Amino acid sequence: MKVLVCVKQVPDTNEVKIDPVKGTLIREGVPSILNPDDANALEAALALKDKDPSINISVITMGPPQASVMLRECLSMGADDAYLLSDRAFGGADTCATSTTLAAGIRKIGDVDIIFAGRQAIDGDTAQVGPQTAQRLDLPVVTYVQDVQVNGDTVTVQRQMEDGYEVIEVQTPCLLTAVKELNEPRYMSIYGIAQAYKKNITVWNHDDVNLSPEDCGLTASPTQVWRSFTPPTKGKGEMLKGSVKEMAAEVVAKLKEKHAI
Amino acid sequence: MGVRVINDKCKGCTKCVKSCPFDAITMVNRLAVIGNACTGCGVCVEVCPFDAIEKTEGLASKIDIKDYKGVWVFAEQREGQLMPVVIELLGEGKKLAAEVGTELCAVLCGDQVEDLVEELYTYGADKVYLADHPELKNYRTDAYTKVIYEAITEYKPEIILLGATHIGRDLGPCLAVRCGTGLTADCTKLEIDPEDKKIKQTRPAFGGNLMATIVCPNHRPQMSTVRPGVMEKAKYEPERKGECVKLTVEFKKNDIRTKIVEIVKKATEMASLTEAEVIVSGGRGLAKPEGFELLKQLAEKLGGTVASSRACVDSGWIDHSYQVGQTGTTVKPRIYVACGISGAIQHLAGMQSSDYIIAINKNENAPIFEVADYGIVGDLYQVIPAIMEELDNIADKN
Repeated sequence: MKVLVCVKQVPDTNEVKIDPVKGTLIREGVPSILNPDDANALEAALALKDKDPSINISVITMGPPQASVMLRECLSMGADDAYLLSDRAFGGADTCATSTTLAAGIRKIGDVDIIFAGRQAIDGDTAQVGPQTAQRLDLPVVTYVQDVQVNGDTVTVQRQMEDGYEVIEVQTPCLLTAVKELNEPRYMSIYGIAQAYKKNITVWNHDDVNLSPEDCGLTASPTQVWRSFTPPTKGKGEMLKGSVKEMAAEVVAKLKEKHAI
Repeated sequence: MGVRVINDKCKGCTKCVKSCPFDAITMVNRLAVIGNACTGCGVCVEVCPFDAIEKTEGLASKIDIKDYKGVWVFAEQREGQLMPVVIELLGEGKKLAAEVGTELCAVLCGDQVEDLVEELYTYGADKVYLADHPELKNYRTDAYTKVIYEAITEYKPEIILLGATHIGRDLGPCLAVRCGTGLTADCTKLEIDPEDKKIKQTRPAFGGNLMATIVCPNHRPQMSTVRPGVMEKAKYEPERKGECVKLTVEFKKNDIRTKIVEIVKKATEMASLTEAEVIVSGGRGLAKPEGFELLKQLAEKLGGTVASSRACVDSGWIDHSYQVGQTGTTVKPRIYVACGISGAIQHLAGMQSSDYIIAINKNENAPIFEVADYGIVGDLYQVIPAIMEELDNIADKN
C-alpha cells in the first residue's frame, strides 16, 4: 500500500509578535515548523506503517527550497520519500491554485491508496487545500478525521462534528484530513535522523508535473489579497483598585450601572 | 483547461493521445493527462470509447460575470433544524443583496425538509432552491457538492455564503473547485464595493495577527464561509412569503462515495457558546481542571456558560467544544469574564467584540488587560467567590 501525506511548512504563529509602535507583524526570528495538523496526518500514516512495514509513505509539499528542512524532519519521523514542488511559478497561489499544483504532483507520483493531509494550516486556517486537492484528483474526501481504521480497501473513519462524530466508510483511494485529536505525533528518532540524510528529496518544477505557468501560482488564483492590516484592538479599559472585596463590589456595581446584569 | 480526465474510467487506450490536434495529451502511469497545449477543443471527449474525458465548462475562467445574479445562502440543516448560522447569513445576505440590487436566495438540501422553506422566507429569503431527496438527509460531501454544483451551473448566483461549520468548511472548498472559482474562509466582515458591486471579504490570517481583505474579481460565484456568531441575525417577519424552486435530484451508482455508518452525539451537551449571553472563561491560571467548577458556579449566577482558552483544552481539562479563539469558537456575549487567561492574540481574536470584558489575572502585565473593560489583578480563587457574594447581596436587596 502506498500512503501519501501532504504537508506544509508554516511560521509558528504562536511566536508571531506585533510591533507595538508600528502595529505590524514582526516576522524575523519566527521559527518555521511542520504545520501541527500535518504532523497528525503524518503520524496517522506512520501508525499504519507500524502495523504493516510494507507500506510506503511519501510526503509532498509545495513551497520554497527551504521547505526541504521540514521534509527532512518528516523523513526523520519515518517517511520513506519526500517530494518538494518548488518553482517561482507556484508563488502567490491561493488555495485553489495550490490544490492544482499538489494534485499535479500527486498524479505524477501515481497509484496512491490513501492521502492524508492536515485539516488546516495555522498561517491561513482555511481548511480548503485538502478537500480541493481531492476534488481535482476526483477522489472521495473526508475532512476532520479523528480516528482511522484501515481494513483492506475499506477505510473507516470518525469525522469530528461540533457535537460528536460520524462514523464514515470510504473505499481507497481517498483523501482524509486530520485533526489534532487523531493522535499524538511522534518525535524524530536518532536513528530516523541518521536515515533521513540517506534519503533523497525529489524537487519538481511546473514542467515536471505537466503544468503550464498560467495554471499555477498567482495567475491561476481566483482570489487576490486586496489589502491586509493589523486588527484594531479594543481600547484598554479601567484597572480596578482596592481589596478583593472592594474590586468585586465595584465590578458588580459597574455592570449593574450599565444594565449588563 | 476545458476538458478533464475521469481517472476511474480511463483505461489507458491512448486513442485520445493520437486524436489530439495539439499533442496536448500524454500518458502518465497508464492514465491520460491533459497538458499545457490543451485548447479545450473537445476532440478527445468524442473519441474516448470509455467516456473518460468530459468537458468542464465550469473550470474555464473565461466566463461572463454579468450572467451571475443573486446572493445565495447555504441553508445548512441538521436533523431537520436550520443551523443558527443560517439566520445570521440571511441577515448579512439581505444587506449584501440590497447593496448589489439583487435578490436573496437560500439553497436547502435535506430529506423531507419542505417546512423549512417557510422558515427561510420569514428570515428574508426571496427564493428558496429546494433539493429534497432521501440521500440528502445527512450531509455527505459528494451528494451535496453534486446537487449544489448543478444548481449553481443552472441558476448562476454571483455570491454564495456558507457557515464556517464542519459541514460548510467541507462543502465550500469542493464547490469552489468544481465551479473553478475562489473561496474565502472564515470571513468576519463582508462589504460590497460601491463602485463595481463586487464583494470584499475580510478574514483573520496568521492566527488572528493580521486581517486580510480578499477579492475574487474575475470568477463567479464569489464564495465565502462565515464564522458562526459573527454576523447579526436576520429579522423575523412571520408574514413574509417567497418563491420555492424545486431542484432535480438524481444520483447514479458511485456518485456518493462515502457511507455514514453511525452518528454519535457527545454525552455532554453541546456547548452553545455562540448563543451565550454571558461567558465565564478559564485559562492556564486555573492551575487545575477542578477550577471550572468554580467558574460554573459564577456562570450559573450570571445566567451564562463556561468556556476555555486553548491551554486548558490542550491540557485535557475541558473539551475542545468549549474553546474560544482562533481555532475554537468566536463569541460576542454581553459579558465575558476571562479568569486566569493571559490573552494570547489567538484568544483575543475570538472574544474581543464582547460587550463587556472583565479580566481577572494575577499578572498585571497580562495582555488580556489590554482589551478588558474592567481589569482585576488578583487570585481568581479569591476574586470569583467575592464577586459571587456581591451578586448575592444585590439579589437580596431586590
